[in-house]
Amino acid sequence: MILALLLVPVVAAVLAFLPGAAPLRRGLLVLAAAIHAGLSLATWAAPASPQWHGMLALDAAGRLVLTVTSALFFFVALYVAGYLGREVKDERPDFEEGFLFTNAPEAVFVACLLLFLASMTLVSVSQHFGMTWVGIEATTLVSAPLIYFHRHHRSLEATWKYLMICSVGIGLALLGNFFLAIAATRPLGSTTPLLLQTLVAEAGSLQTDWLRSAFILLLVGYGTKMGLAPLHTWLPDAHSESPSAVSALLSGALLNCAFLGILRGVQVCQAAGLGDFARSLLVVFGLLSMGVAAVFLTAQTDYKRMLAYSSVEHMGILTLGIGIGGGGTFGAMFHMVNHSITKAMLFLLAGNILNAYGTKSVDEVQGIVRRLPASGCLWVTGLFAITGTPPFSLFLSEFLIARAAIEAGRLALAAAFLVLLAWIFAAMSRSMLRMAQGSPPARVAAAPAEPFLAVAPPAALAVAALALGLIVPGPLLSLLRQAAAALGGP
Amino acid sequence: MTPWLDTLMVLVIFTSLKLLGSSRLGSCIRTAAFQGVLLGFLPIVAHPGSLAPRLLFMAAAAIGLKGVVFPWLLFRALRGARVRREVEPFVGYTSSLLVGLLALIAALWAARHLRVPGRPISPLLVPVALSTMLVGLFLIISRKKALSQVLGYLVFENGIYAFGVGVAYEAPLLVELGVLLDVFVAVFVMGIAIFHIRREFDSIDTTRLETLRY
Repeated sequence: MILALLLVPVVAAVLAFLPGAAPLRRGLLVLAAAIHAGLSLATWAAPASPQWHGMLALDAAGRLVLTVTSALFFFVALYVAGYLGREVKDERPDFEEGFLFTNAPEAVFVACLLLFLASMTLVSVSQHFGMTWVGIEATTLVSAPLIYFHRHHRSLEATWKYLMICSVGIGLALLGNFFLAIAATRPLGSTTPLLLQTLVAEAGSLQTDWLRSAFILLLVGYGTKMGLAPLHTWLPDAHSESPSAVSALLSGALLNCAFLGILRGVQVCQAAGLGDFARSLLVVFGLLSMGVAAVFLTAQTDYKRMLAYSSVEHMGILTLGIGIGGGGTFGAMFHMVNHSITKAMLFLLAGNILNAYGTKSVDEVQGIVRRLPASGCLWVTGLFAITGTPPFSLFLSEFLIARAAIEAGRLALAAAFLVLLAWIFAAMSRSMLRMAQGSPPARVAAAPAEPFLAVAPPAALAVAALALGLIVPGPLLSLLRQAAAALGGP
Repeated sequence: MTPWLDTLMVLVIFTSLKLLGSSRLGSCIRTAAFQGVLLGFLPIVAHPGSLAPRLLFMAAAAIGLKGVVFPWLLFRALRGARVRREVEPFVGYTSSLLVGLLALIAALWAARHLRVPGRPISPLLVPVALSTMLVGLFLIISRKKALSQVLGYLVFENGIYAFGVGVAYEAPLLVELGVLLDVFVAVFVMGIAIFHIRREFDSIDTTRLETLRY
């Protein structure tokens, strides 16, 4: 089962390079995504057996990340199939600066998307710290060509920053793995294998000073990839310059994978009695990320960058939730699912708006509700969902995290959390509501209706965000509880 | 402690200093490749007497990649770019050399406080690995040309590799191959990016990449 999950996207990626009609290739993308999503769902019914001496196995947190990734990828694949059909093939003028540019070959784009799915799958099924590193570094490398799909200087700049900053960051995580190996040295000189289960089981004999440094390196390394401030600088660039469907995957799926890498480290620290040390670091990074996001969200003039900074904010909330501990751990796991669904939906809608208005500037977009009725209504829905308004699911998870902070007696922390949330709500609603209301500029008044494949995926995600806010299905609830329990939550 | 290992470590320090003080991109690529080959021999020299086939295989793979494939990829990326030198880096060459020496001192100081448990190793290994990482990071932030930044990344990676191989790390073969593969693809993708930067800006100066802010 696990091998099939890895092989399906890889084989499909190889097939994507075969010469053939473009619609066929798009069909292949959707088919591979559907098979992958089906296999991921099947792991809920029948537990997948471990592979390669337990290096690949699905624990609760891994299954959660895998399911979110796979489901999002399916919706994004549908969106991409429609999007690629509408893209102009030849040279066309850039809408911001007017120079001519072309797209990267479609075969490369589709193949990289599928390899991106394969590498994220590897991260979620890996139980070995080295293998997790290999997977996370691979996600950087296969997603770089995706960001550079529109070949012009801005996307190239974003790609270069993404490659350099993330490669160096993840290099530090590799050093963290070596530190972990030293921490796991047994008295006689042999090393405990870096398997999560083994390390947790033998946590009592780990050398704590090395483990402490290892965790700091892992946090900084994977935190760079996850977009935690002050290591987030690549994130707004990459998210704003890549095609919107890619932004949706980067924000909704990739950041979770990096988060999973950090969670593995927390799990070992927790077992070795360093839980409080790890959590205090997470609280600092979490609050800092929320604060930086709030500052940059205020008066943000580019709506895709606005969504990107909102991702920095939500990654901060995730780390903060784990850092608070107790009920916050469960809240953070739930928040991860909710954020992925909601943010992917918003990025897909941003793609529709960009397509109709030809600008990323908040000030130049008005009257989305009139010009794009379906996307416009979903955009307003998305605003309330992402800022954590009831009855949407992000409200529930943010509430759980705030309650955990109050129950732990950390009132100042809870107050800071709520103030930052309110600040961000004000900043985002100001821009997003102004975009939705009013009358559209004359130049975008007449255009064809919204295509089905551009509206259906975000609509489905909106329904999911609402449904999870009203009722959490039993299997998901127990999975979230298991994942939280592994991290020391109740 | 073996004399071979110490000689190797001193040579690695020299290559780092040469990289810091040299402006010609071509000679920098060769120096970084030489450093990679030196470190490729590390698994054999650091664990004398245990010439396991797995060890030899890893050494051959590392030497082949760092000594042959990477320089080839980087020279290919450099071809067509009219620059041959790193002109006016953010930090000059003399100051860079001083930074290199400071990095070495800092690494020696830090290594005194890092007591590696388990088998005894050469006292030079940890400081050299740490200083190589620092030099790599410094090259990335102090140089303007995209190619020099990739070289900095390679030197940084070399330092991490030295630390991992030297300090009793026994990963499954699959993982080690995965790490090597990732580094290979990283250099490959960065090489392609350099090609595009040159075509787009008619230069490989990363100071031209300054549109995206805030």
